[in-house]
This record gives sequence, structure tokens and C-alpha cells, in this order.
Amino acid sequence: MALNYSDKVMDHFANPRNVGEIENPDGVGEAGNPKCGDIMKIYLKVNDETKIIEDVKFKTFGCASAIASSSMATELIKGRTIQEAWDLTNSAVAEALDGLPPIKMHCSVLAEEAIHEALNDYRAKHGMDIIPVEHHEE
Amino acid sequence: MADKKVYLDYTATTPVSPEVLDAMLPYFSEIYGNPSSVYSFSQASRAAIEKARAQVASALNAELNEIYFTSSGTEADNWALKGVLERMRNAGKGDELITTQIEHHAILHTAKYLEKINNFKVKYLPVDDCGRVRLEDLKAAVTDRTVLVSVMFANNEVGTIEPVGEIGAFCREHNILFHTDAVQAAAHLDIDVKALNIDLMSMSAHKMYGPKGVGALYIRNPIRFENFMHGGAQERGRRASTENIAGIVGFGAAMEILKSRLPEDAARMAKLRDKLIAGILARIPHAKLNGAEGNGRLPNNANFSFIGVEGETLLLDLDMKGICASTGSACSSESLDPSHVLLALGLTHEMAHGSLRFTLGRYTAEDDIDYVLDVLPEIVARRRAMSPLWEDYLKNLNK
Repeated sequence: MALNYSDKVMDHFANPRNVGEIENPDGVGEAGNPKCGDIMKIYLKVNDETKIIEDVKFKTFGCASAIASSSMATELIKGRTIQEAWDLTNSAVAEALDGLPPIKMHCSVLAEEAIHEALNDYRAKHGMDIIPVEHHEE
Repeated sequence: MADKKVYLDYTATTPVSPEVLDAMLPYFSEIYGNPSSVYSFSQASRAAIEKARAQVASALNAELNEIYFTSSGTEADNWALKGVLERMRNAGKGDELITTQIEHHAILHTAKYLEKINNFKVKYLPVDDCGRVRLEDLKAAVTDRTVLVSVMFANNEVGTIEPVGEIGAFCREHNILFHTDAVQAAAHLDIDVKALNIDLMSMSAHKMYGPKGVGALYIRNPIRFENFMHGGAQERGRRASTENIAGIVGFGAAMEILKSRLPEDAARMAKLRDKLIAGILARIPHAKLNGAEGNGRLPNNANFSFIGVEGETLLLDLDMKGICASTGSACSSESLDPSHVLLALGLTHEMAHGSLRFTLGRYTAEDDIDYVLDVLPEIVARRRAMSPLWEDYLKNLNK
């Protein structure tokens, strides 16, 4: 396969999970920019009492690893609390995909950032403090 | 993975044709003598190389001693630039090269090297939105230090054919040497180096159904230039290294066959190319053709941008359907910037990231084109449906 993508990357690229949008989402986050060729948008539905992410959807413009990273990241945070979701790192996403080529690691970073943005959006809407984040410049 | 294979990346490389392979085979294990050796056994090796030289020279309307075999088109490009500029500066004639923003990296990176390491002056001409160099820009850039102009014959990404004849005439009139990288063009166009006033020209065998690892540089007599490969006295003392006899034989055979079928092949390919272009523009909304229309581009090139999708994604989706194509997206390269060619044509980064190139060849059938037209619209639609960029694009359209 081109660029030595793992079977998992190709599976999540060919059949991405959780694609789409959520109407009236509790949180929305976006990361990346079209200039660099990657934009990731994450939509969250969060249970107010349990703080569990009940549904998550994504839309991504980008290469195969960007799409696979979005798909895997949404799988990893679905059913988790917002704190657990916050703690998801880009390397955990890459690991769950059985690795990404070094030049594509920024795609997993993008997933982490988009999730943080969405969680902060949720926090802001629900009277919680926003957690400061550093954004990677591509 | 699909069992079907539709190869539409002939600009990347071509298969060695069966006739060319047949011509090459004796030169591995039967006629293997070193052409530089004295004994009579080596005579056949020397004769084979000279026959190939004649085949290449005659296809271009060049003289025998104007053709030098190299290891590649890249080596020919390196040699042309370094060999001429070093010679000219040493002779006190000047130190300035004018080239373009859309050259292949074999020219661009060599020019950057000459600029940075050897302090030559290099100017990079812009192009119009089809990828064509404007003669006025060249005229305005020339100074009394200009000794070499290098403009590619046709662009490898968008297929745009440059005004080589006009540039050649201008350079000849102003006593400036003119080099053209014809690595792509030589596989599709009838080139007469004399009529076009070309002083130096690079070519590669594997773009024309010959083997990889062989190229040639045409250098018009009596232009003086420095050597690039130093060592033995091969190629009349101008290019050292034991000759790749089988490769050179393959190049000669490929060139002769190409020339004999050129008008028919080019017409057939142009017809298929036009069917592909018309079909894609009709079936995929908001698709853009990159490069020139009709005869302004190589007969085998079709290059599109699909806003909202990223090129590598399309390549992998096409790969799963057995189709080989190419993209100018950064995601298929080592850098984060998309193709320098598409940006020079004025495309936005988004459009350049969404580019897709199909290049046809001798073995492309109408079925192959039909198959692409059948599967591509669905692929683009599916990826656009999951793209936030496409969503934003549609919103802005409806404003």
C-alpha cells in the first residue's frame, strides 16, 4: 500500500466511523487549516449529569491519515467522560491505528486539538472553565 | 484490492515496450564487451551505442556528435545548467541563468544549488494561469550577464506546452544559450532542434517506453561546456562512466519506434484525453481543469482540481478501484506545501491540495477512460460529503 499505511489506517480511511454532523450539538471544535491541507471538525453530544460523551461525529478534509485519525479518535472518546476524552493524546490515537508514518503524525495531533476545541466549547456553554491549550502551528 | 488495473500515470513512467525489451536483451549476457576495450569482441558494443545515437539524433534532426547519453533526464538537466554556467563564467561571459517557476525539481534544485553554493544569479519567470511563460517576461528579465535560459518544453504536471520556438528564436538572436527540459515533451511531440533554435535539450528513455536509468543531453555544435561526470574518456571524453549498453540500445529503439508512430498515437491519445476531460467536467460539479485547453497541452495530460477533497484521498480511493493516478497535494510529498506548479498557475492551496492528474499512454484503451468516468464521480461525492471545506464552499456559494 502507498506510504506504508497500516491495515487499521486503511480500514478507518475506507470505512470511517462516526462521519457526519450532530444537530444542536453540545460542543463543536475545529482544528487545522485548508492551507496545510487538513481541517477536522468534531461534534459532541454530552450527557449533562454523567458528563459522558453519548455521541460524537466528525467531518474532515485531509489525507487518508487525517480521516483515519478522526475516525479512530471519535471511537476512542465515545462513551467516555469529558475528562477521559480530554486526556486522549495524539500518540494514543496513532497507536490505536497501529502507527502512522512519521510525516503523518501531525494528523493525530489535529484530532487531539479538534477534540480539545470541542470540549472547551462544551465547557464554555455549560459554565465551566476553559482549559488553556497550546496549538501547534503546521 | 481490485483485480482490475488501469494505469493512468504514464508521465511518472512507462513500461518498456516488448520490441524495446527484445532489442535490449542481447546486451546483458551475450554482447557484453566493454566498449572501451581494444579487442574485436567489443566492436559490437561500440556499434550498438552508435546505432542508438543515430536513432536518437535522427528523431530530433540533430547531428550524431551532438547527442550524449547520460544516466537520466535529471543528470542531463544537472549537466546542462552546471556545464554551461561554469564554462561561461570561467570565460568571463556572464553568470546569470533565467528559468521558470514551474520547472521540474531537476532544474529548480540545481538552480538553487548554483545560486547558493556557487553564487550564480538565477531568475525564475512566472507563468500565466495556464502555465505558459510570457515572452515579454523573458525579454524584461534578460541582462548583459544572462548566459543561459532554461524553459521546459512541456510541463509534467499540467501538460502545458511552452512557446519553445519563440524563446529559441529570441535567445539565438541575443546570443544567449537556450536549454529545454524535454523529458515529457519528447515522448509526445515531434521535435526539430534546428528549426526551434534549441541549444541544449534533456531527455529520458523511461518516459517513452524505454528503460529507466538512461537519458540524453543534446548539445548543439560547437557550444563549449564543462564536463559533469569526470573519469574515463567515454562519450568522446565528455561524459565518464562505462556505458549502459543495454539501456542505450533500449533508448535508441524506443525513440525510433516512438517517432514512427507519433502522429497516430498523439491523435488517438488527444481524443481519449478530451473524452476524459469532457466527461469529468460534465459529471463532477465544481471540477476545474488545470492547464491549457486543447492543443496547448500534451495530448496525454488531464489535470483537475476538485474543491473540498484532498488529492491523496482520491489516489487511495482510486487505487482501491485499481486506478493509478497522481496528485499535486502536499500529502503525497515530503513537504506541507502543495505543488509549486499549481501555485505558480495561481491556484489556491485548497485547490492545489485537491488536484488529480491522469496521464494517458500507448496502452490506454477507451474502456479505461469509461471506467474512470464511471467510478470517479462517486468517489469525489463521497469524500466531499465528509469534508467541512466542501460544506463551507457550498455555504459561500449560496450566499
